[in-house]
Formats: sequence, structure tokens, C-alpha cells
Amino acid sequence: MLKEEKYQKLKEIIKIYLPEDVAVTDIKQDSHLMNNLNINSANLVDIVLDVEDAFDIRLENEDMDQMQTVNDAMVIIDAKLSEK
Amino acid sequence: MKESYNWILKQLPYSEPFLFVEEILNITNKGAEGYYTFSPDTDFYKGHFKNNPVTPGVILTECCAQIGLVCLGIYLLGQKTELENVRIGMSSSQMEFLQPVFPGERVKVVSELVYFRFQKLKCEVKMYNEDDKLVCKGVLAGMIGVANA
Repeated sequence: MLKEEKYQKLKEIIKIYLPEDVAVTDIKQDSHLMNNLNINSANLVDIVLDVEDAFDIRLENEDMDQMQTVNDAMVIIDAKLSEK
Repeated sequence: MKESYNWILKQLPYSEPFLFVEEILNITNKGAEGYYTFSPDTDFYKGHFKNNPVTPGVILTECCAQIGLVCLGIYLLGQKTELENVRIGMSSSQMEFLQPVFPGERVKVVSELVYFRFQKLKCEVKMYNEDDKLVCKGVLAGMIGVANA
């Protein structure tokens, strides 16, 4: 899967959980999921679960802790995909 | 049998007038079952509705959450967990209400685990009245976990 393709897939997932005052166009590679995109901890779990389904990977607690920005998520997805 | 769930009741972070768990019937890794009786003396019946007391939907939802979600969550976290360190909060609720619950009625809540991951607990809940009729049903989720003390 191409990097751009993965990024789009991730963006599609994040989009679902954005609060109403945050626009899709606000999603940038360096956006902090909680601080910039205002995603709460409950929705962050939903994002992780959707990412698991979409990429057919499984994330652990450490991955969750490390997943601060959109780019962090990309790095974790890449790492998990390469482990497969 | 019922004795074995006493530790869960003791761990509940609620007290009167906002405790809506009376008895736990059964809890497994997959769900919880319990009873609650709505006392006719409860304050909210004076205002909901004027001269026509009916249990508010939010209270039914709360009862479903306390039995179906919180009791189950405490069970899943395990007996050794210190109550002071448990952080808890409802994150979403989607409910449908099918039957009214009047003062004095006893209801049974049955929950089924959807998932418990990364401290988020999500359950399908159903509430039945004494005639075994479905009172309300829905999906509730909350964050429940142990703070890194």
C-alpha cells in the first residue's frame, strides 16, 4: 500500500470522530490528535479500533501511548504492517 | 453465590441518592445482570411529571450504566484494584425507551460486552420490568481504568 493511500485511509477514519468545531482540512501530518484535533480519549480508542480493522493489525497499550499525532499513527501502522 | 459479588457493590463509586444498583445476579467476562427497585419516595418523582410520577429516561439510562457497565467494569478490572485509583466516566449513550417505569417497580438490567480495550468499555444493555417486558435498550460506553498512581 502506498504511503498516500495509507494516509487517506487514516484520514477517513479520523474524520468520523472529529468534533464539530474541527474541519477535515485541519487534519495535518503533525496534528496532535487530542490537543489540535480535540479528539477525546474515548474517541481515540474508536480510532484505534477502526485502524486495527482497516489495516488488519493489532495495537497494544504502548502503541496507544505513543500515538500522539497523525504522523505517530502512520509510523505505528507502518511498523505493524511490516511485522506481518 | 450472591455473596461473591459483594466486593463489587462495595467498590461502586456511588451512594444515595444516586446509587441505582440493588443486587447483582450474575457477572462473567461477557456481561452483567442485576436488579434495582425504584423507591416511590425518590425525589425526582415529585417533578417528573407533576402529579404523574414516571421514572425519567436519564435515570433508566444511569441504572443501565451502573449495573451493566460499571459493575462489569469493576469485575473486569479485578478484585485487587483500589477504588481510589479507578477513573470513571460515561462517554456515549444511545438508548431507546419502550415502556414506562412507575414508582416502586423493580427492573432487571442485562448487559453484553461489546469490547473492553484501552480502558474503554462498551456494552449493549437491556432493561426488563417485572412482567419481563423490554423497558429500554441501547449501547453505552465509558472510560474506566486505573490511574497510574
